[in-house]
Amino acid sequence: MRHINRHPRQGMQIVLMLLPFVLIAAAWFMGSAVRLEANPHDKLLPGLGQMLDAVQRMAFTPDKRSGDYLLWTDTAYSLIRLLTGLGISALLGLAIGIMAGVVPLLRASLSPLMTVISMIPPLAILPMLFIVFGLDELSKVMLIVIGITPMLARDLEQRAREIPAELFIKAQTLGANSWTLVLRVVLPQLLSRLITSLRLLLGSAWLFLISAEAISATAGLGYRIFLVRRYMAMDVILPYVIWITLLAWLMDLALRQLHKACFPWAEGGRA
Amino acid sequence: MKKFPLLRSLALSLALLTTFPSFAAVKKEFRICWTIYAGWMPWGAISNEKIIDKWASRYGIKINIVQLNDYIESINQYTAGQFDGCTMTNMDALTIPAAGGVDSTALITGSYSDGNDGIVLKGTGKTLADLKGMDVYLPELSVSHYLLVRGLEKAGLQEKDVRVVNTSDADIVSAFGTDSVRAAVAWNPQLSAIKSTPQTSEVFSSSQVPGELIDMMVVNTQTLADNPALGKALTGAWFEMMGKMQAGDEAALSAMASDAGTDLAGYRAQLNTTHLFWTPADTLKFVSSSDLPKIMQRVAQFSFDKGLLGQGAQSADAIGISFPGNVTQGDTSNIKLRFDDSYLKMAAAGER
Repeated sequence: MRHINRHPRQGMQIVLMLLPFVLIAAAWFMGSAVRLEANPHDKLLPGLGQMLDAVQRMAFTPDKRSGDYLLWTDTAYSLIRLLTGLGISALLGLAIGIMAGVVPLLRASLSPLMTVISMIPPLAILPMLFIVFGLDELSKVMLIVIGITPMLARDLEQRAREIPAELFIKAQTLGANSWTLVLRVVLPQLLSRLITSLRLLLGSAWLFLISAEAISATAGLGYRIFLVRRYMAMDVILPYVIWITLLAWLMDLALRQLHKACFPWAEGGRA
Repeated sequence: MKKFPLLRSLALSLALLTTFPSFAAVKKEFRICWTIYAGWMPWGAISNEKIIDKWASRYGIKINIVQLNDYIESINQYTAGQFDGCTMTNMDALTIPAAGGVDSTALITGSYSDGNDGIVLKGTGKTLADLKGMDVYLPELSVSHYLLVRGLEKAGLQEKDVRVVNTSDADIVSAFGTDSVRAAVAWNPQLSAIKSTPQTSEVFSSSQVPGELIDMMVVNTQTLADNPALGKALTGAWFEMMGKMQAGDEAALSAMASDAGTDLAGYRAQLNTTHLFWTPADTLKFVSSSDLPKIMQRVAQFSFDKGLLGQGAQSADAIGISFPGNVTQGDTSNIKLRFDDSYLKMAAAGER
């Protein structure tokens, strides 16, 4: 039998899925045990107990100075920034994508502009962003917006241009003007793609969020990680990383479910 | 494709396993790291001018002096056991390697900040008292943060009277360029860039707390005990360079200036605010003075208040610090930071 035709059975599938994770955890705890035996104060590879202590301290004990539960405060700050950034990017990206994808006169100037802007690494122009947007919440949201809007806009423009010309001709034959065309033909198709694009760009959005928080902030998940890095508190950093991964995965799952619920027709044969 | 994350994780864990700190062993080759700062530039020159090779070969060893770009990362690397010694401040030596259980010795207390760190406010004629209620931009938990707390104490204010905004030291100059930032704490060379902005006043500087922000060469205590040659070679090389600098050796100073990204005049200006100890005798006097334990007590208290001594720490005395002449401070059963004078004494006496 050829390898490409051999499929794991259900039990095997689960074992194969868990195996890499188990191996990573095992390697970690072995390394951690060796280092902790050599030096009980080692901070590089904390053991499970140290990490649970850190979680207890960060999530379920009020901070001595501010009285806040740090993990939840950080999460709230970060999520608000991230969701605001994603929301603004989605609206902007959709608007630009439709304009450039449907109206040739607008495409002529918008499309090359987006291509160029999307090539600029936002982190490289940080000092300029500071001067224009200040150092407050606005600059953190704007870094996300500048980072992902051009990609969204380019993707949506491309999708809009892939809509079969027959659909446009038919709609025009039925008397649709440009505005009705956008509303009834283009928008429904692009909304489905918008959700998929957002899913793909979630990783970049988190990257920009963490970078923005590392540079200047008073709270947030990225702020905390870069703050405790100062004294190498890996016992705090690791749970935070796992927490961020979990949040990102949940957001991806939520978008996927939303897509399934709103656009079952776009799920191919699988819906 | 499934195989790759697995392979990578195995490789990574192997790498981590092999890097755990090694034990008592006479070694022939050592690795020392340093980062860019006015008071540490001599290490670069010591390496470039082969002074270190001369001293190391005298004791039959080899010392590699490596420059790293990221200050905190260099200390983390030292703490993780990748380097036998590294340059760092007294506060970071206490809160990173010592708090991380790595017994460390301050071999050469080369200099202290005598104006290299400062608090700057926008507007002319401002004073420390004007800080009340302001947002202050600085790298949190760093010596800048310590300096702010000391400044506030002197002005009769408390830390809760201001709001500290964590800003990375690399971005502090561009941050200060924005309108919303009215107050910042920084060290050189960033400090001089901030002070050169028109209409600003420096309301507090490290010259008002002399001797509290110490810049040192820290070496792993165990490695040093097993290999006294390392201590002798580093101390000897350092003071040979100090002698050159004190004599105003233009070639050496210009080389350091260009490494620091400035010119001779600019580097001389930075050295003016760095109190270098030119001779072993001067250094010896500083580490033996009764002020040093008091300074370290204050630094330990600040570190404890900020949770930097680790969560197991019950008080500022959790980590023991030893000083020349059998003076100790804090928990004597957990001494992790040692100010040593034996190599300085040898250098002062001209022994090799």
